[in-house]
Amino acid sequence: MADHPPEPDSPKPDPPMPDPHELRRTPLHALHQELGAKLVPFAGYEMPVQYPAGILAEHRHCREAAGLFDVSHMGQATLTGAAAAAAFETLVPGDIAGLPVGRTRYTLFTDDEGGILDDLMVTNAGDHLFLVVNAACKADDLAHLRSRIGGRVEIRELADRSLLALQGPKAASVMARLAPQAVAMKFMSFGPAVLGGVACWLTRSGYTGEDGFEISVPADAADKVARLLLAQPEVKPIGLGARDSLRLEAGLCLYGHDIDRTTTPVEADLAWAIGKRRRAEGGFPGAAIILAQLADGAARRRVGMRLAGAAPAREQTPIVDDRGAPLGTVTSGLYGPSVGGPIAMGYVATSSAHTGATIDLVVRGQPRPATIVPLPFVPHRYHRG
Amino acid sequence: MPETRFTQEHEWIRMDGDTAVVGITDYAQQQLGDIVYVELPAVGKALKKGDEAAVVESVKAASEVYAPLSGTVAAVNEALAADPALVNQAAADAGWFLKLTGVAAAEFGQLMDEAAYKKYLAGLA
Repeated sequence: MADHPPEPDSPKPDPPMPDPHELRRTPLHALHQELGAKLVPFAGYEMPVQYPAGILAEHRHCREAAGLFDVSHMGQATLTGAAAAAAFETLVPGDIAGLPVGRTRYTLFTDDEGGILDDLMVTNAGDHLFLVVNAACKADDLAHLRSRIGGRVEIRELADRSLLALQGPKAASVMARLAPQAVAMKFMSFGPAVLGGVACWLTRSGYTGEDGFEISVPADAADKVARLLLAQPEVKPIGLGARDSLRLEAGLCLYGHDIDRTTTPVEADLAWAIGKRRRAEGGFPGAAIILAQLADGAARRRVGMRLAGAAPAREQTPIVDDRGAPLGTVTSGLYGPSVGGPIAMGYVATSSAHTGATIDLVVRGQPRPATIVPLPFVPHRYHRG
Repeated sequence: MPETRFTQEHEWIRMDGDTAVVGITDYAQQQLGDIVYVELPAVGKALKKGDEAAVVESVKAASEVYAPLSGTVAAVNEALAADPALVNQAAADAGWFLKLTGVAAAEFGQLMDEAAYKKYLAGLA
């Protein structure tokens, strides 16, 4: 192979580096393309924002029948060891030690200033805790877990698993056909199921306000399970566009928009996620600040807003009172397909954050009248059993 | 047959006598997806070429529509207030946005004709 002797001064070529701008793909990428999805960059992944049906039709289908979402970009991890719950409680304000086996809870990683590092689902799977975290935060979350509790707990990122979500009022009838024991599961419970011969982990939860299941599946079988679900007459694929409109109508926060390091759980109206025992004991990052806000109130609060007109108010839209004085900022805003008009969430000075209060949202310089309304915009239809 | 011209921002402009009718192209509505709101300028407003003339909103995002020609807004499509999806259904006719008067024929002549716009679209694919 020595046709050309190496030039003595030529530098050794660098090994090929992965392009940091190159988008990752989920195991369902080929399926998305086959379905005609419009793929966009999201949290470092190439993800379907919509299919040919479009966001409005996908949204309505999920509210009326059942939708399948590829959420494989999200992070899955397990924490194992006798100290797992106690160690995990040093990072979140939720009651994890008191979480029964087979139950799932929404919780938050907080920082020392009381800000939110991520929101996540945690399940007591018996001999371990099973976590599902946001795609954009997963690398930081894993690093945080390893640096804070890695010495006491075995932390494993489940990069070999994919995540699907089956959401909608007919999700249970689909499961009745494919994995009948899943129908008995209640909202926020966890259990194994076999779908088309593939062993999966089900959680009866989701991000749409509807009944449904999140399905953790081995990555190499994700395509098979997704195709099985899409073959059911009730089920159509739903992209990230409708996922966003569904979750906003359900009043659910989107990390990086409605909550982040600058918002506390109390400001974000997520105090319900702080366990009773944890309120008494503290022992989570930012506890002093968060518990003081629980006792004395916070200066601002996340609220829902319904615009009187047809113009949507997007993220960053200023919220002002009837004299034009600033009250806060919109953090999520879009046209709510099931509401039939523009809706928004944002932070408002607590003194003005009353249901029924009229405010203005300043869209392109024009004050647009809106009312503070209770969340969710569309009632939840969870299967509480 | 009135002549229709196009911009790189995916607007169409049809000269109807001395009035220019302006809308967005079928390509634009497909890219935007389901349109839920269109904000149109006040009738009588004078626009210079490149001024923000309208805003078109899909479920997720807002996009500006710029005046393709200088002129005065003579009319806006009131039907879009009640039914913004007209833009998805009939971008090239019933989904028109606004009419401009007092436009310069020379400015219109500088816009892409249909063949040039089709070639431009092919270059985007």
